[in-house]
Amino acid sequence: MRKGTYTMLSIQGLKAKVADRDILHGLDLEVRAGEVHAIMGPNGSGKSTLAGVLAGRETYAVTAGKVTFEGEDLLALAPEKRAAKGIFLAFQYPVEIPGVGNMYFLRTAFNALRRARGEEELDAMDFLALARERMKLVKMDPSFANRSVNEGFSGGEKKRNEILQMAVLEPKLAILDEVDSGLDIDALRVVADGVNALRSAERAMIVVTHYQRLLDYIRPDHVHVMANGRIVTSGGPELALELEKRGYGWIEKEPPARPAAAEARP
Amino acid sequence: MTQEATLRQLTEGKYKYGFVTEVETDQVPKGLSEEVIRAISEKKGEPGWMLDWRLKAYRHWLGLGMVEPTWPNVRYPRIDYQDIVYYSAPKPKKKLGSMDEVDPELKMAFEKLGIPLAEQQRLAGVAVDAIFDSVSVGTTFREKLAEKGIIFCSFSEAVKNHPDLVKKYLGSVVPYTDNFFATLNSAVFSDGSFAYIPKGVRCPMELSTYFRINAQDTGQFERTLIVADEGAYVSYLEGCTAPVRDTNQLHAAVVELVALPGAQIKYSTVQNWYPGDADGKGGIYNFVTKRGKALERSKISWTQVETGSAITWKYPSCILQGDDSVGEFYSVALTNNRQQADTGTKMIHVGKRTRSTIISKGISAGRGQNTYRGLVKVLKGAEGARNYSQCDSLLIGDRCGAHTFPYIEVKNPTAQVEHEATTSKIGEDQLFYCRQRGIAEEDAVSMIVNGFARQVLKELPMEFAVEAQKLLGMSLEGSVG
Repeated sequence: MRKGTYTMLSIQGLKAKVADRDILHGLDLEVRAGEVHAIMGPNGSGKSTLAGVLAGRETYAVTAGKVTFEGEDLLALAPEKRAAKGIFLAFQYPVEIPGVGNMYFLRTAFNALRRARGEEELDAMDFLALARERMKLVKMDPSFANRSVNEGFSGGEKKRNEILQMAVLEPKLAILDEVDSGLDIDALRVVADGVNALRSAERAMIVVTHYQRLLDYIRPDHVHVMANGRIVTSGGPELALELEKRGYGWIEKEPPARPAAAEARP
Repeated sequence: MTQEATLRQLTEGKYKYGFVTEVETDQVPKGLSEEVIRAISEKKGEPGWMLDWRLKAYRHWLGLGMVEPTWPNVRYPRIDYQDIVYYSAPKPKKKLGSMDEVDPELKMAFEKLGIPLAEQQRLAGVAVDAIFDSVSVGTTFREKLAEKGIIFCSFSEAVKNHPDLVKKYLGSVVPYTDNFFATLNSAVFSDGSFAYIPKGVRCPMELSTYFRINAQDTGQFERTLIVADEGAYVSYLEGCTAPVRDTNQLHAAVVELVALPGAQIKYSTVQNWYPGDADGKGGIYNFVTKRGKALERSKISWTQVETGSAITWKYPSCILQGDDSVGEFYSVALTNNRQQADTGTKMIHVGKRTRSTIISKGISAGRGQNTYRGLVKVLKGAEGARNYSQCDSLLIGDRCGAHTFPYIEVKNPTAQVEHEATTSKIGEDQLFYCRQRGIAEEDAVSMIVNGFARQVLKELPMEFAVEAQKLLGMSLEGSVG
C-alpha cells in the first residue's frame, strides 16, 4: 500500500474551549492520505474535544489556530458540509433516534452526501443491496436494518453500527472516538476487523483511544500522546506499548523534549 | 435537488396554500339571527323538519349566552358572533349536472391544492367530495360507489335525497345541545359530507372530503355524518386548507360516526388550516366536535394529524356502547410559532369487554402551546373494559410548552386502564449526529419529528402518510437555528 501521498489534514496551533474552559492549548498535527494515526492520552487530555472540533460540534468554540482539509479551511464549514467533504466521526456515544429506521437514516445520509457532491442518488433497492453487503463486514444481523437508529442497541451493537455507517458512507477521513470503549474482546475484534477492511491508500484514519489494547488490532502508522490539550509526544506503534507498560504518569511529569509535529514524520 | 435548493425551499416555503380564488359569491349578511338561519335553509331548499331542527339549536344556543367554554387551555380574544358571515357560496354559473360543469375557477383552485376534480385526472382509488366555503362543489366516483349501494354525497343532497337516513342519525351521536360550538353548528351548518355503507359492504375506495375556506370573514360550519351498517367497512379521510388572512376565521364543524354491529370506520384527518403568521396574526380557530358511536363488535378508529390552525380545540371521541366494541385514537398535534392546541379524546366504555387505545404525540416548537386532554370513562356495566393510553410530548427549543390533562373515571372494578406519558426535547446531540452524517439541520429536525410521530403516521392510508410527513417538516420551518 502506498502511503502518505499527500497531506490531507493539517492542524496548526489549534486552541478550543467548552463554555469557559480552555481544553485545547495549541495542537499541531499532520495526517497524510493512507495513514492511520492513534491519539492516546489520559482522561481529560482533550482527545474527544479534538474529534468534536474536527467534526464541527458547536458546543466547542475554536479560539485560535487553523485546520485545513485537502487545502480548504475546515473550520469555516458547517458539520454537514464537512461530512460532504468526506469527514466521518464514529461517536463514542452513538445517539438514539426513536422511530427513524436504521436503513432509512443511513440512506438519507448517503443520498444527502451524494447530492452535496453532485452525484446521482441511489434508490431504495440499490441502496439496500449496498448496505446488506456492508453489513456482513461488521457481522450485523439483517434485522438491525429495520430497527430504529441505535434504539435499544447494546454497547457493542452501537459501535458496530458506527462502523457500518462508515463502511457505507466511505469517508476520506474517519475519526474514531473511543470506538473500543465498553466492548468485550469479541466485539472489539469485529469492530477492528471492520475498520481494517476499510483501510486504503486514499483514506486516512484518526483513532482516539485510551487503551493500547485497540492498537493490537488496528495497527497505527503513528501514535501521538495528548496531555493538557496538546500533543506531547509522537512515535511509531512502539510508543503505545511503552505507554501500556509505564502508564500516562511519566508523560505528564516529564514531557519529552522533542517537538511532536516534527517527530510525526517517519 | 441540491442541498441548497432543499434548504431554500424549506426556509422560504411558508404556508403553501395561502392563495385566494376570485369567484363571485352568494352570501347572507353578517351576523346571526333567526332570519339568517331561515335564509340559509331556504337557499339550500331544505324541508321543514331540517329548518325546525336548526331553529331548536339556535334557541338553545341563545340560552348559552354567547359565551363559549373557558376550560380549554388556550387564549384568544372574545369572538364577536355578530361579525361573522354564516353562509358564503360561490355563485353557480348554472345548475350542476356533472363534474365537468364545475366552475373552472373552482376546479383550478382544487387543482392547485392537489385535488383534481376533472374526470381524466382524478385521484386513483379515492372518491373526493370538494367543499368550498359553505357548499360542496362536486363529488367524484359517485356512480361507481352507487353500484355497491354506497351513498357518498354532500350533506345538502343527503337531506333532499335520503331524508330517512339523515333524520334517523342526525344528532344521534352529537345532539344539538351537546356543547357551545356543536350547538352553533347545528343552527347554521351549511354543508359537509354524508356517507352510508350498506350492510356487509366493504367500501372499495377511500372516501375523502376536502374542505377549503376561501371567502373573508366567513365561518365554515360543516357537518359530516357517516353511517356504516352492520358488518360494513369504510375508510374516510378529510383534508383542509385556507388562504392567508390577517384576521381570524372560525371553523366549527361537527362529525358524527355511527358504526352498527360488526362495522368498522376508519376516520383520518390531515388538518392544515392557515395557522397565522409567526407573530400569531390571523389563522383559523378550529373548534370541532367529533364523536362516534360503536355498537356490538364494531370498531371506530380516529387518526389525526393536526398541523394547522391558530387554535385547535377538538376531541374525537368514541362511545363504546356495544359489547366488544373497539375505539382507537391516534393523534399527532404540532404547534409552531404562536399556535395553540388543546386536543385529545374521550373513550366512554359502556359495553362489556370494550377496548380502547389512545396514542397521542404532541410536538411544540417556537412559542407553540400544546395540550393533551383526554378522558377514559368506564361505566358500571363495562365489565372487563380495557384501555391503554400513551401520551408523548416533544419540545423543540425552550419557549414552547407541552401540557397533559388525563382524566380517568372508572366505575367497574374489573376494568384495566393504563396510562404512560413522556416528554422529551430534540437534543443538540441528535441534531449533531444527523448533521455529521451529512443531513442538513432542517431535514434532521423533520426526520426526528417524523420518527417521533411514526406510530401515528403508519395508521394513515399510504398516500396520505407521505403527504403528512412532508407537512410535518414544512410546519416546522424556522423552528431551529
